[in-house]
Parts: sequence; structure tokens; C-alpha cells
Amino acid sequence: MRDRTFDPTDVAAGVIFILLGLAFGFSALGLEIGTSLRMGPGYAPLVLAGVLTLLGVLILASGLRSHPDEAIGPLAWRGAAFLLPAPILFGLTVRGLGFVPALFLATLLAAFASPRMKPWQALALAVTVTAFSTIVFSYALGLPFRRFGPWLAQ
Amino acid sequence: MDLLSNLALGFATAASPANLLFCLIGVILGTLIGVLPGIGATATIAMLLPITFQLEPVSSLIMLAGIYYGAQYGGSTTAILINMPGESSSAVTAIDGYQMARRGKAGTALAVAALGSFFAGSVATLLVALFAPPLTTVALKFGAAEYFSLMVLGLVCAVALAHGSFLKALAMVVLGLLLGLAGTDIYTGAPRFTLGLPELADGFNFVALAVGVFGIAEILRNLEGSQGSREVLGQRLGGLFPSRADLRAMVAPMLRGTMLGSILGVLPGGGAILASFGSYTIEKRLSATPEEFGRGAIAGVAGPESANNAGAQTSFIPLLTLGIPANPVMALMVGAMIIQGIVPGPNVATEQPDLFWGIIASMWIGNLMLIVLNLPLIGIWVKLLKVPYHILFPIIIAFSSIGVYSVKGNAFDLFAVAAFGLLGYVFLKLRCEPAPLLLGFVLGPLLEENLRRAMILGRGDPSVFLTRPISAALLALTLGVIAVMLMPRIRRKREEVFVAED
Repeated sequence: MRDRTFDPTDVAAGVIFILLGLAFGFSALGLEIGTSLRMGPGYAPLVLAGVLTLLGVLILASGLRSHPDEAIGPLAWRGAAFLLPAPILFGLTVRGLGFVPALFLATLLAAFASPRMKPWQALALAVTVTAFSTIVFSYALGLPFRRFGPWLAQ
Repeated sequence: MDLLSNLALGFATAASPANLLFCLIGVILGTLIGVLPGIGATATIAMLLPITFQLEPVSSLIMLAGIYYGAQYGGSTTAILINMPGESSSAVTAIDGYQMARRGKAGTALAVAALGSFFAGSVATLLVALFAPPLTTVALKFGAAEYFSLMVLGLVCAVALAHGSFLKALAMVVLGLLLGLAGTDIYTGAPRFTLGLPELADGFNFVALAVGVFGIAEILRNLEGSQGSREVLGQRLGGLFPSRADLRAMVAPMLRGTMLGSILGVLPGGGAILASFGSYTIEKRLSATPEEFGRGAIAGVAGPESANNAGAQTSFIPLLTLGIPANPVMALMVGAMIIQGIVPGPNVATEQPDLFWGIIASMWIGNLMLIVLNLPLIGIWVKLLKVPYHILFPIIIAFSSIGVYSVKGNAFDLFAVAAFGLLGYVFLKLRCEPAPLLLGFVLGPLLEENLRRAMILGRGDPSVFLTRPISAALLALTLGVIAVMLMPRIRRKREEVFVAED
């Protein structure tokens, strides 16, 4: 790693902060800024977006001047591919399919994020979690979920 | 004496069967998540927050508080037995606690940790009871300018105490503030940063942000590589009860740790973590046998464990008196109070004394429950350590999804969880701490509102922040923190230069 002359984590963090700062700043330009006596809705956002962009530049600059002190390490590609869609799947199906099938599907999907999970284990886990949650959250705590939704009504 | 009648009211509230039950549930859950690696108190409280809406305000806050300090106890168990801190604040305990366990003194280490925590928890609870009411009277004099200055101090402290790069922590605070401003402007009703989505009219969902950035991101990090099998030193714990010599060795570190933790806990931003590190350093320096540290010194367990538990308790002081959170968990407590219709701040003590004193009393009861849970029942927790992680995390995902969805019954919030989870993971990889982001998010709207109000009251003159004495003192303190923060940095930078020149 000695041949690298910049710290990739700092450079990436700096770029992300700059982009976010510019995005927030651009969005705040459409708002009324007001005066320091009567600040409009855009005053604080614009100032903060400016500060964020500036901090991004400083982090980027310091990243370009330093050596990487630690490798980024492996990335959880498989984890992200199965884990992140799980709450989305739950959100998309909880109304249509209802609480019970939506939770079952989401848990099953999340379970495959680990390579150690065997299919029969995932299935058993999803069934157990769904049964437990339905009893606790729906029956015992009385949260207002439809257990089975209109998509299954046919 | 007022204190006694107040404490009597508190114990009467906290000792009602329902509240005792919720306190017990809280500390059991807290111990559980403290023992289970890869899931922290912040994510758990965020997940359970929506479920507590069904409860009475007192019961829900008692339970959430129990989860928090329960996790401090549980975290030390894993630190001692498998050299893996369940909570970041027990990282120091792992150093000497694990060495004690390897020498066959695991039982003693666990007992020292539990007794130290109990002592510190009791003392710190008493301190909360003693100091919260007078601070409340001071806080009632606070106007918009004072609140603004106090929050600036709080955010600067959070940056100062964050790990790693100072610039990155600052950027995370600012990003948090910006995210917190999303939604409808309170003065003009103008939509801000809503991307045209009606779901964002009330801003980002706080629970979705917390679960994503703390929960999902942490799970992804744990899923990265091969998960090494955990070696549990639970087969033979050794005698649980410390010998006379052990007890004598732990008294002084325990007292010092409690004092240090109580003071640092009040400061915003990870007080409990700093307290345990600070205590370890102090004990090592004061010890007659510093070479014992790192090889199983009792003082290295007793001091930090007392310090982090004392810090966990006293971090309730700013929350209960000013309504200002000292750390991400307290930020979640603010969220819980607001959703229950309680405005956190100095008025809570006078308007809802049963809630205020009930929470304080419940902390002592909870600490008592914890020592019972942790010492005789230690075997159960040791068994739990053997639950493999790949069984654990789908359960966490399922409960998170339910928790987030039940806040508003809004599918959009679940999409936000995934987005914040990804964002949080990216930031973790880039070594940006998520804690300042969450604090900024909670304080963003408050900070802006008080700034605007102070400017209107001061007729557009920013000197209002300096002419009001409390506000000026707070800003001076902020400058002091920045100065102190910069000094060792300069020193360290110099040292790096020296090393490079060698």
C-alpha cells in the first residue's frame, strides 16, 4: 500500500460530502433566504449546505495528502444484495398480501444474506419468526395490521 | 425535605406492578442485546420505539431506559468471556477481563464487573436525583439564545468525543442537521428537501434513520467476511464471589471510576465510552503494579465498568432537565417522549413529577434487577453466546421492519430504512461515525427554530448570543472545548512528524 499517495477512504468521503452539500445547496436555492432578522426557510439550509461542501473539500484535500492507514477491507456485496431489499419487499407487500405473508417473504429473503444459511434453515427460521411476530405484535399487542391482504382474497 | 418526598413518589410510581414488569423486560432485553454481538442498544431501542407507543408514557420510558443500562451490563459479559465487547463502552473491559477469564477467574471478573456496575449505577442515580431538580430551575430561565448556544456546545462535544477524524465527525453533524431540516418549514409552511414526495412533508422518519444507520449498516459490516467461530470460555467460570483481597483491590478503582463516569456522562457525545477509556488510563497510571494491566488486573475491570455504568445513568441529566440528548440513545428517548406527547425539557419535572421521579427511581430498581439477572443467571447468558449470527440477523431485520412500519403504517419509511442502511454502511466503510449524524438530525430543527427565534427577539442583532450571560458562558465553554480538542491533536501530529523523521 506504500505506493499509493492518497487515502481512498478520505477521498471518497470528501467527494460524497461535496456532492451531498451541493445537492442540498442547490435544493435550498429555490427557497426564500430572508434576512438575518427574519430568516426564511432557506437561510439555515443554505448556510449548512455551504459548510458541508467546504468540509467535503477539506476532507478531500487531506485525503489527497495522506497515505492510506488501513485497507477498506472486504465489502458485503452478498449481504447488501439480500438484506437491503428485505425491508423494501416488506413495504411493497404488507398492504396487498397482508402482514403474515409479507413478513415471511422479507425474513426469508434476508436470511439468504449469509452464505452459511442453508435453505431449510432459512425456511424454518422465516416460519418461526412469522409465527412469533404474528402472535406477539398482531394478537397480543394489537397493532393494526391486516394479517392477510386483498391480493389473497380471491 | 423535598428530595425524600419526591423519591417516595418516584418509587411509588416505579414499583407499581406494571412498571416493575416493564423495567424487568427492559433490563432483560438490554442484557440480551448487550450479550449478543452485532446489535447495539441504539438499534434495539429504535426498533422497539414504535411498540412502546401503546404503553403509558412512564412505562415506555422506564423500559427504554432499562434497555440502555442493561446493555452496559450485558456488554461486559461478552467482553470478559469471549474477548468481544457487546457494546462499544465495554471494549476496555475486554482487555483485562478476558485475561482474568483465561486464568480461570472468569467468575471473579464477572462478579467484579457486576458489583462495580451496581455500585456506580446506585451512586449515579442518586446524583441524578440530587442535581436534576436544581438544574431544572436554571433551565427554566433559558430563552431561545441560551438553547441555541447549549445545542452548539452539545454538538461540538459530540464531535470532540467521536472516534477518528475530527473533520469527518463535523461533516456528519452538518449532514445530520440538514437531514433534520427536511420537511415543512414551521414558520412559512414551505416544503424543504422533500423531493416532491408527500411522504416527506413531515421530514424523514427518525426511527427509519436510526434503524438504517445503526442497525442495518452494522449487520452489513458483520456479514462482510468469514465469521470466525467464537470461542466461549464458559465451561468453567471459577468461583463467582471475589475473595477479600479481590474486594479490597476493587474498592478504590470503583470509587474513582464512578466519579469520572458521572462527570463525563453528562457531557454530550459518547460519555460512557470515554469514561471507561479514561478510567482505565487513570487506574493504570495510579497502580503500584502497572505491569499487571493487560494481564488480568482487577482494577482494569472494576474501574472502567463502574465508569461506563455511572456515565450511562448521568447521561439522563441533560435529557431530563433540558430536553437535550447527550448521546444517540438519549436522542431516541427524546423521540419517544415527543411521540408520547411530552415536551422534553425543564417543565417535565414540575408538570409530570411522577414521570420524572418514576424514571429516576426505576433506574435504581433496574440496577438491582440486573445484578440478580447477571450473577446467578450467568449460565443462561453464556449459552446465548452460542447462537450463531446468521440465525440472529434475519430476526433483527424482521423486527426492524415491523417496528418501522408500525410508526405510521407507511411503506415509504421501509424504503428509507434500506436507503439509510446503505448510506450508513458506506459511511462505516469510509470511517465516518454515525453517532454525530443522529444527534445532528434530532437537534437540527430545534437549533434552527431557536436561532430564528433568538434573532427575531434580538431584532436581527447576533450579539444577543453574547450579551445574555448564560448564553455567553456556554459559547465560551464551546470555544474551550474546541481549544482543548485541538491541543492534543497538534501534539499528536507533531509526534507523527517526529516518527516520520526517524
